[in-house]
Amino acid sequence: MKLKQLSVFLENKPGRLRELCALLADSGINMITISLADTEQFGILRLIVSDCEAAKAVLEEKGFVAKITEVIAVEVNDEPGGLRNVLQVEEAAGISVEYMYAFTIKSGENAVLLFRFDDMDKAVDALQTAGFKVLDSVALFNRADD
Amino acid sequence: MHAQWNDRESLVHPSSAPDYMREEQLRTLQLQRLRAITKHAYENQTLFRERMDANGVKPEDIQCLEDVRKLPFTQKSDLRDTYPYGLFCVPMNEVVRLHASSGTTGKPIVVAYTDEDIEVWKEVMVRSFACAGLHSGDIIQNAYGYGLFTGGLGAHYGAEALGATVIPISGGNSERQIMVMRDFGTTAICATPSYFLHLIEYAEEMGIKWEDLPLRAGIFGAEPWSDEMREYIEGKTGIKALDIYGLSEIIGPGVGMACEEQHGLHIFEDHFMIEIVDPVTDEPMPDGEEGELIITTLSKKAMPVMRYRTHDITSVITEKCGCGRTIRRINRIARRSDDMFIIRGVNVFPSQVEAALLKVEETLPHYQIVLTRDGGMDQMEVQVEVTADVFTDTIRGVEAVHKQLSDAIAHILGIRVKLKLVEPNTIERSMGKAKRVIDNRNK
Repeated sequence: MKLKQLSVFLENKPGRLRELCALLADSGINMITISLADTEQFGILRLIVSDCEAAKAVLEEKGFVAKITEVIAVEVNDEPGGLRNVLQVEEAAGISVEYMYAFTIKSGENAVLLFRFDDMDKAVDALQTAGFKVLDSVALFNRADD
Repeated sequence: MHAQWNDRESLVHPSSAPDYMREEQLRTLQLQRLRAITKHAYENQTLFRERMDANGVKPEDIQCLEDVRKLPFTQKSDLRDTYPYGLFCVPMNEVVRLHASSGTTGKPIVVAYTDEDIEVWKEVMVRSFACAGLHSGDIIQNAYGYGLFTGGLGAHYGAEALGATVIPISGGNSERQIMVMRDFGTTAICATPSYFLHLIEYAEEMGIKWEDLPLRAGIFGAEPWSDEMREYIEGKTGIKALDIYGLSEIIGPGVGMACEEQHGLHIFEDHFMIEIVDPVTDEPMPDGEEGELIITTLSKKAMPVMRYRTHDITSVITEKCGCGRTIRRINRIARRSDDMFIIRGVNVFPSQVEAALLKVEETLPHYQIVLTRDGGMDQMEVQVEVTADVFTDTIRGVEAVHKQLSDAIAHILGIRVKLKLVEPNTIERSMGKAKRVIDNRNK
């Protein structure tokens, strides 16, 4: 029930992000969502794309350091308290968030929260037990294509 | 007491007499000492004897000063390869002191002194201080590090022998340095130039006015610095900033010293014989032309060092110095003939950085060292390409790699330098091999 994500190391310098986006665009790879974490010196770009392996190969060929990692995608109602409800469950199970980001598939519809937890398997169990809708890639891409 | 002396001479310490020797008298003394030290090294230093024998040279072949060229060179690697005591030439019960400097592979270089050697060291330090116009009555704040490093104790004993008052404060603790300088009435300070620059900033933050302090001279060494930096220090503080030269392998500080004329450094030639050679062909360079400085210790008993290759590039100044000293001068050390560079008083070889990176990563990542000059001081930044092996998906993970690399380098070099993680293939390669050192210091 985990979702594949592509993480890329980026130096903080002008034009780098655009170059990366151009590479993916030229290879016909669609980004479903993207998040950029940055420090003074470097950034880590996290991407959910239609074809993770293909995207990784394209970027590596051009010298990027890219790694396929896993995140958990949880679908919640796009309304106040949506994120809090998820965090309550994880907190009760003693699990911490390492990072997270979110997006809505189509405006006005449900939101998808993407999480990296310190214990991924336990996190999935806790969420499913609490009745949350955890999306795998098939479910996510189906929703995106609707 | 010396009413018949003029002002300058009345300030000359008796130890400084050799600085004013007649040229022919000095050369005669040098030859006499060169012959004695060659014999001593030949009889007691295995490595030297083996090399002499291999070349078919005997100590008796030294008939004039130029014959020094018949002797084999000593390299820094010879000191490392014979670690720790392999070049000592007296029994251990005659060795009264050991010092050591960090080596490239973590193995230090050990140097030894007999009681007599310590006296020589004191004497050349007294003469160095005298070059700076210091004398009994001066209060010398010694901010060189005390310990295995030769700087601290070398300056300390010299200042005492001069008859000055020594404040053995050692390096670090800037606030206390400034407080002591003000409250104890320091008239001269010994420090690395980079540390003194730091003290200037610190004093400004503390609201100290330099014109209120009795400080009048700074003896700065252990790292290369520039005339621009001297002007900056003198302009800011109103003191005289003077360059001192030395190497642990030879004796420590006190091999050479700038006088108040501030044009080049006088070499204490009665104890240290200098040659300037072409670093590639080893042929002697004419006076005034640049080459590698070669030093032979003429007096040191515990560990004579014959024709030491300093890798420091300089030239001999032929004109007589306005200060009246007859011993010759060399120009300020401008650069090196090998890949070593000096950052904040510490000798750095690229191979050390490489060793540190390999401690963290299994295979050597592509890296380069970028040297820049900031406010007259040399700075270094190590850029390391991130590899898939060390890249983790979290900021924390990447920062942990950054810290591990940075700590490993600090551990080997003894100083912390800037480290930057860069993307793969961003470090330029020529013929598949990266250029390890990018020198932007003179840009």
